Amino acid sequence: MLLLTCPCCGVTAEETEFAPGGEAHLKRFGPGSSDADYESYMFNRKNPRGVHFERWRHAYGCGKWFLAARCTMTLEVFGTYRAQTVEPPAEIVAAIKAKRPDWEGFA
Amino acid sequence: MSELAQSALPGARYEGFVTVTEAGLRGMITLRGDLSAMAGAVKDATGCAVPALRRVEASDGKAVAWMSPDELLILCDYADAPGLAASLARALEGQFATVANVSDARAVFTLTGAQTGDALAKLCPVDFGTLRTGDIRRTRAAQVAAAIWVSGEGEMTLVCFRSVAQYMFDLLSRAAAPGSEPRLYA
Amino acid sequence: MSHRLATGGRLIDRARDVKFTFNGKHMKGHAGDTLAASLLANGQTLLGRSFKYHRPRGIVASGAEEPNALVGLGKGDRYEPNQRVTTTEVFDGLSAETQNHWPSLDFDLLAVNSLVPQFLTAGFYYKTFLRPRAFWKHVYEPIIRKSAGLGKAPAHDARDPDRYEQLYAFCDVLVIGGGIAGLQAALSAAEAGARVALWEQTAHWGGRAPVDGVTIDGQDADTWIAATVARLEGMDNVHLRLRCMGAGLHDHGYVLGYERVSDHAPNIDAPRHRLWRMRAGQIVTATGAIERPLSFAGNDLPGVMLASAVRDYVVNYAVAPGQSVVVVTNNDDAYRTAIALRRAGIGVPAVVDARAEANGPLVAEARAAGITVLTGKGIRKVKGGRRVTGVEICRIDSKGTAFTEVFDCDAVAMSGGWSPVVHLWSHCGGKLLWDDAHHFFRPDANRPPLGVDGTGFVTVCGAANGDLGAVLHGAHDAGVVAAKATGATGNAPTPATDNAPDMVPMDAVWMMPRNAEYDLRMKMWLDYQNDVKVSDVQLAAREGYQSVEHTKRYTTLGMATDQGKLSNINGLAILSDALGQPIPATGTTTFRPPYTPISIGAIAGEATGSTFQPLRRSPLQDWHEQNGADPEPVGHWRRPYTFLRAGEDRHKAVNREVTNARTNIGLLDASTLGKILVSGPDAGRFMDMLYTNMMSNLKPGKCRYGLMCNENGFLMDDGVVARLSEDAFLVHTTSGGADHVHGWMEDWLQCEWWDWKVHTVNLTEQYAQIAVVGPKARQLLERLGGMNVSADALKFMEWTDGKLGGFDARVFRISFSGELSFEIAVPASQGRAFWNKLLAEGADLGVMPYGTEALHILRAEKGFIMIGDETDGTVIPQDLNLNWAISKKKDDFLGKRGMEREAMIHPDRWKLVGLETLDGSVLPHGALAVTGGKNANKQAETEGRVTSTYYSATLKRGIAMALVRFGPDRMGEVLEFAGPNDARIKARIVDPVLYDKEGAKQNV
Repeated sequence: MLLLTCPCCGVTAEETEFAPGGEAHLKRFGPGSSDADYESYMFNRKNPRGVHFERWRHAYGCGKWFLAARCTMTLEVFGTYRAQTVEPPAEIVAAIKAKRPDWEGFA
Repeated sequence: MSELAQSALPGARYEGFVTVTEAGLRGMITLRGDLSAMAGAVKDATGCAVPALRRVEASDGKAVAWMSPDELLILCDYADAPGLAASLARALEGQFATVANVSDARAVFTLTGAQTGDALAKLCPVDFGTLRTGDIRRTRAAQVAAAIWVSGEGEMTLVCFRSVAQYMFDLLSRAAAPGSEPRLYA
Repeated sequence: MSHRLATGGRLIDRARDVKFTFNGKHMKGHAGDTLAASLLANGQTLLGRSFKYHRPRGIVASGAEEPNALVGLGKGDRYEPNQRVTTTEVFDGLSAETQNHWPSLDFDLLAVNSLVPQFLTAGFYYKTFLRPRAFWKHVYEPIIRKSAGLGKAPAHDARDPDRYEQLYAFCDVLVIGGGIAGLQAALSAAEAGARVALWEQTAHWGGRAPVDGVTIDGQDADTWIAATVARLEGMDNVHLRLRCMGAGLHDHGYVLGYERVSDHAPNIDAPRHRLWRMRAGQIVTATGAIERPLSFAGNDLPGVMLASAVRDYVVNYAVAPGQSVVVVTNNDDAYRTAIALRRAGIGVPAVVDARAEANGPLVAEARAAGITVLTGKGIRKVKGGRRVTGVEICRIDSKGTAFTEVFDCDAVAMSGGWSPVVHLWSHCGGKLLWDDAHHFFRPDANRPPLGVDGTGFVTVCGAANGDLGAVLHGAHDAGVVAAKATGATGNAPTPATDNAPDMVPMDAVWMMPRNAEYDLRMKMWLDYQNDVKVSDVQLAAREGYQSVEHTKRYTTLGMATDQGKLSNINGLAILSDALGQPIPATGTTTFRPPYTPISIGAIAGEATGSTFQPLRRSPLQDWHEQNGADPEPVGHWRRPYTFLRAGEDRHKAVNREVTNARTNIGLLDASTLGKILVSGPDAGRFMDMLYTNMMSNLKPGKCRYGLMCNENGFLMDDGVVARLSEDAFLVHTTSGGADHVHGWMEDWLQCEWWDWKVHTVNLTEQYAQIAVVGPKARQLLERLGGMNVSADALKFMEWTDGKLGGFDARVFRISFSGELSFEIAVPASQGRAFWNKLLAEGADLGVMPYGTEALHILRAEKGFIMIGDETDGTVIPQDLNLNWAISKKKDDFLGKRGMEREAMIHPDRWKLVGLETLDGSVLPHGALAVTGGKNANKQAETEGRVTSTYYSATLKRGIAMALVRFGPDRMGEVLEFAGPNDARIKARIVDPVLYDKEGAKQNV
């Protein structure tokens, strides 16, 4: 069971205090978008072996959503950060690069 | 009609290795917005400063609890809550802020005794050894949300939703049953 | 006769007798005994029958690894099968029963299986019961079920009366295992400044060291143990627990501990078990090692025991497992047993050592004590029926065709070497390496389990790490390293030094004799509990099983409740040998938690009885319960389905409530409805995104019904929105949907439109909400007084607030029943008083509460949809003819793009219609409309399904709603619906609005 640190209230807590929300940094495609874009938004999800970005909500705590960079292989958490961003911030990217030099970067 | 008002479990009390008491009606006001921008209004209404992260400021029967980066919970007398909420709303007019009286949506329990942490450790995934007086920790108690405020020496105040008051009281009573002291913290 | 020795027994209190029963027979033991020790002291060596062959079995071990001696403990509600006698502390009144025999322990008819052991070889079930197919259900399975199974389940109506609980705990360093290594690791970690917890699964600190004669700084181990425990107990940063087993080691330092709080003293007022949910920064496993059996013919007879167990019984409990014990070994350690036996005055006819030479210090000590040592020899077979009567010896390198010596004895102490307990290390991904010198797997320190920061969080010390000699300095290092890893900076003083004799390495002997013939191999047990023999594993290898995981499942090796604690390595070795490859190439099976079985009660913890799950109570719940409410689960709420009166069944009660609401006044507790405040300058814009219809143009003081869809376009929730002010809306959701919708709003506001100025507050529980429904509703409200609720002052779909009957009330004039209706919200704390007032004031007007079923019928008569009935997560608003509620002016709303997909605009989609049965009956729930044809899969072709179906007390017949292919275009057509027993029920498609279509009743 994971340990996660909520960047909004600073609490480090076990997974049962949080609710998972799937892949992070999805771009919403609304009316007028192509079928392919809508499909990618709604249905296609990454399933990497390694570095992954995901959404979590501190459901039993401060109620805020946040994002986590995590290794799906080792479960190492590289960092958590606020949800109000369209891509991982530089310090998170740097933390991942330091641990996973071969990581191809956020795409 | 507040003389007809009834808390969720009037008079409920359990005496185990911790004493659990339903605290009766409490005034509670949710305040959402930019916390620093609301500081003046909060001070005027409660006499309290805006609390730091996961802290509670208390003064003269009122308290202000940090709930999230954009949310405070003001505690006061039940009868005062509608008036206090209205005056806060007036004070914050023109600001992006929301004031809501939530006094009736909650149940409040007071836990007293030296071993409050030991009882709550059976229900909450929280290291009670790290909490100090004036801290508030929002977490899970078994299967429901709870906010736990270390409201004094040997005293914790637990706030949960009103509808699960009975569940919470049963949980706390069971956790405080004599003979089951885990002796983890005290 | 008593097998209790006259002196000794470091763990027992001879002054205190304990009385218990075994298969109804009264026996006596001493305080401090395990049940195993007491039974052996009473001369009870036969303790059960094996799983497949029903062979007589006795105690093999002295701890958690025991495979044979499982009993049913307790009686009635407290009966529990499959409890190990070796880990059960005896207490006054204990009752134990043997299991897996028929008709009795001493005379078991199913032991005939044993006469033809080739009958149940590996894969027997797979091979034998394959055909004929029909036999499985009626012949094979009933027979197998009768003969198989380990122990009896408690009676079906038994209810465990004991208390169980869980405990969340935290520490820097958790040390698991309270032998001398664990004690030292804990002490050093604590001295370095870490917050330490130390768990020991047995009732005693110190582990094996005192039994093995280890000395520490020149003193006996017990002295050091007592002093160290006292020091640890005196430290504020240390928490010690006996009887607490490290059950499972999980991600990010999460460890489950199984504390048997009062198993040993069931009369104290305490929980029985406590499940620790420990979160540790670092973990030190000091879990020791388990001795391995040797594989020789007849090694399962009662009286054949692990050498370490034999000396445990002698030294710890002063119990003689036999009067004459042959020791058989491939290593030096077993000589400790020979010496201990001799010291206790028990006969040791010989030590049979498989090694060509034996000359370590322990061997020399044994020889000096006059014990006969035979080298290069092994046991050919054990003689005896229900217990050992002697052994035949042969040369270790022979086929075992003939014996070289014979000894009479009543017990055999065997040692095949030791296996470190690597379970916890392995649970979370720690890797093992094969130690060629000692022939065991041990933790590979370079490949530990990885924690939250990607570094290792487990360290191993003592025998668990493969250190079979001195351990204290290694344990000290482990404790200090773990403490430092959690940020501790203190210094731990140099530890004491333990003195362990040098030991000559063991010889790998996986079968005795090495070239044993088949008739010997088929009597060599690997897995005692599941009756798996050397010959079975060899057969599996011959039949092509190469993967150890497959062989395990095919032969059931290691799959019993002991999870192969004794058998795994021996089985691996046999398999590797049969496959002609080294043991590390075969690998091990996966170690999974828990280490030994834990009780279901501990797993359930507090989640039983009234705290099984949180039942949400409305502010009016007490009244409901006092007035005949028949509860219906709606999420975690229990809403009244109907209020039963004396002599009524549900149907009659519901009809009464429906009729009354249509003729007088019905009261509905609507408090469970979601109520969410949406406020801020951008609230209108946000509401337009949430709802399919336009909400931003709703005027303050007005209400509007709205639909919420998910991004697929599927209906998610519905309800009435009230605009409170220019900046604020009150959103009503379904009872079950409130939390989800609130979370949904926050998700969009926090993660997508974070620059929009909108707040939400979930006010669901702030209000008690009561619907006052029926032609006399206004009359009742006017009686309460204080508020103008006239048709002109408060029009349909408007709201107002003020004082009503003295209560702070917000009144919404909305209707989900088609009647004149007001929904009144008062503060939850005043809900009960307000409800009472409505009942009192309306008594002569015929006021009568109604439940959710009447609510459903009233809305169905009006053709209103219900989320969860007409919708199932695949239904879009257009399917329900709700196009009117989908704005065409808005560029965007959640679900708009989804509704544009090809499948959503397809004309073939099933659409909502009303139904009336031709015979007036009520259609079954979910009934399918069948065309009479067949679909592509040759199943009955369907063209619709019933979504809601009721008896309408108003219309006096069955009514229904259904989704039907081209439904709205087929008005008047008669469809056939499939009922039970191939019945076909005819129903006509009609307008879903069956009652007061023009709305005259609600607009008054």
